[in-house]
Amino acid sequence: MMNEPTLETRTWQDETRRVAHGIRRRVLEHTIDNNGGYLTQACSAAETLATLYVRVMNLGPSEAPLVPEPFPGVPGPRNPHYFTGARYNGPQAPHLDRLIFSPAHYALVLYATLVEVGRMAPEGLAQFNQDGSTVEMIGAEHSPGMETTTGSLAQALSQAGGIALARKLRGDSGRVWVYMSDGEFQEGQTWEAFQALAHYRLDNVGIYVDVNAHQCDGLMTDVMNIEPLKEKLEAFGARVFQVDGHDVEALAAPAELAPDGRPLVVLAYTQPWYGLELLKEREPKMHYVRFKSEAERDRYREALERMTSEN
Amino acid sequence: MEIVSRPHARNLIEWAKDKPEVVVLSADLTGSCEVDDFRDTYPDRFFSMGMAEQNMMGFAAGLAREGYTPFIHTFAVFIYRRPYDQVAMSIAYPNLRVRLMGFLPGITTPGGVTHQAIEDIAVLRALPNMTILECGDATEVESVLDVAQAVDGPVYVRVLRGQVPRLFPKSEPMRKGLARVLRRGTDLTVLSTGICTEEALRATAALAYRGVSIRHLHVSTLKPFNAAEALDAIAGSRYGVITMENHSIIGGLGTIVAETLAEAGLGKKLVRIGLNDTFAHGASRPYLMKKYGLDAMALVRAVERLTGERLDLTEDDLAEVRLDSVHSDAKVEAL
Repeated sequence: MMNEPTLETRTWQDETRRVAHGIRRRVLEHTIDNNGGYLTQACSAAETLATLYVRVMNLGPSEAPLVPEPFPGVPGPRNPHYFTGARYNGPQAPHLDRLIFSPAHYALVLYATLVEVGRMAPEGLAQFNQDGSTVEMIGAEHSPGMETTTGSLAQALSQAGGIALARKLRGDSGRVWVYMSDGEFQEGQTWEAFQALAHYRLDNVGIYVDVNAHQCDGLMTDVMNIEPLKEKLEAFGARVFQVDGHDVEALAAPAELAPDGRPLVVLAYTQPWYGLELLKEREPKMHYVRFKSEAERDRYREALERMTSEN
Repeated sequence: MEIVSRPHARNLIEWAKDKPEVVVLSADLTGSCEVDDFRDTYPDRFFSMGMAEQNMMGFAAGLAREGYTPFIHTFAVFIYRRPYDQVAMSIAYPNLRVRLMGFLPGITTPGGVTHQAIEDIAVLRALPNMTILECGDATEVESVLDVAQAVDGPVYVRVLRGQVPRLFPKSEPMRKGLARVLRRGTDLTVLSTGICTEEALRATAALAYRGVSIRHLHVSTLKPFNAAEALDAIAGSRYGVITMENHSIIGGLGTIVAETLAEAGLGKKLVRIGLNDTFAHGASRPYLMKKYGLDAMALVRAVERLTGERLDLTEDDLAEVRLDSVHSDAKVEAL
């Protein structure tokens, strides 16, 4: 496989950084080609998702076709053909981990991650937002890498809690990883979920949060402040680590700790322009990038060329 | 007529005995939803989720994905209003086997407008994958669990609690998609659901005495609705059909029947008894049924409207009707 690391010469840190770089490059390329994309999310999330897939999560090999199958119709009693995007994360087994992906609008970033770790073919990314494809703009549970339908934000953590509770009851050793965005901490359901995770001592849940401090309307400190997040979460009974979200070692370290009865939270403080300084000019409107002019698009093309040559 | 005390409480424990996949989730209304004995009997299968319904729906969804069958227990109103998005996206879209046990439906609660689920059927009926059942007596409370459990998808149940009459013999359990034929006649059809069936029985007995020939069906499966059965009854009715439900006249049984008639091109008059596009308020059930026109007298008035005849029945006439448990001839019909 093209992206397979040569383990003799590359450390996991090298591989994680390569994946993160690849995520940014692929999402930038996509954004240029389509004049639009969730590009800042790729810049903030790249290291975290790369670390989860390369280092943290214990997943089996993908069980899905490299090129995603078309939309099989919605789930229901009359549709035996529905499939889950979780197949890209490998089989379900007592000892294996699960990923519950909460911010469904980060789908493009997740798809790029799957390509970089060899779970999806690059052609899969070309199906993004195409009619009849499962590689949807705001993914649902048939979309590659997704197990739940969480485009209505803050619903994933509760579902992960139910899955984790069931796994505790069964005595599974595998963990349930949840990827979240910081905006979801404005929703009441998130706090209901933390309350329940702590109450039932679901320490088999590990949550990585992309704290990029931006949301659709702009800076979170202007729209609705959520800080101090660490203190709030600790008060809710979580075991919280605040890390540099672009430092792969810092991101991976909390996952190495033995569970202690508390749900684990890794607050990955990130910059939505990390690795692509040009994006800084768009402050504070970072949620979705659409170029204002062909000249601007050209400047991003140049950035892409530089990024590609760095690879 | 037998009155059964807390039918769900004992029945659920017995029913769940050999079903380790059945778990109960409660949002701080455990005694109020008659699952306190379940909690004490199977403490490892009971999960207190606190007053946090949105999260409870997500936990139920996660448990269902892992092969458990969560039975959510709370008041009907708290199942669909606050956590509607969670019911829709976390449970209904993936067609998960979650059972939403809604207690105190409609005006059966004195808790007032915040506690009265009056548009729950309207709202949840519009959700793809959702099955909707409503209990009309103790026998149905006891047998609805089997009906719900056989559904491969989410089920919403309107459950009755406390002192519940047994209108139908224990030997005649609820059956999915099959109404109970409680009376046969040719002047008009009455379709009733839930607690309105008891009221309807009071009225139909008195009306029959006055010579009105009524076909009375008790409906417990609201979705999917057995249109053929209803149409067959209504087509044979001279004056038309009356629906009677403990719900808004918009979106529930009345609407279902209206859609059914229109789609079949069956031009029969329809009178909808129910909350007439109004909220209710906190008071006793008999008071509310009278005030909002959901009682036996409301059916008498509807029959008068439909037939154009004054029947001169008084409240006393209706109160005198003695209700015994009614054998449905649905079984015969199904053969």
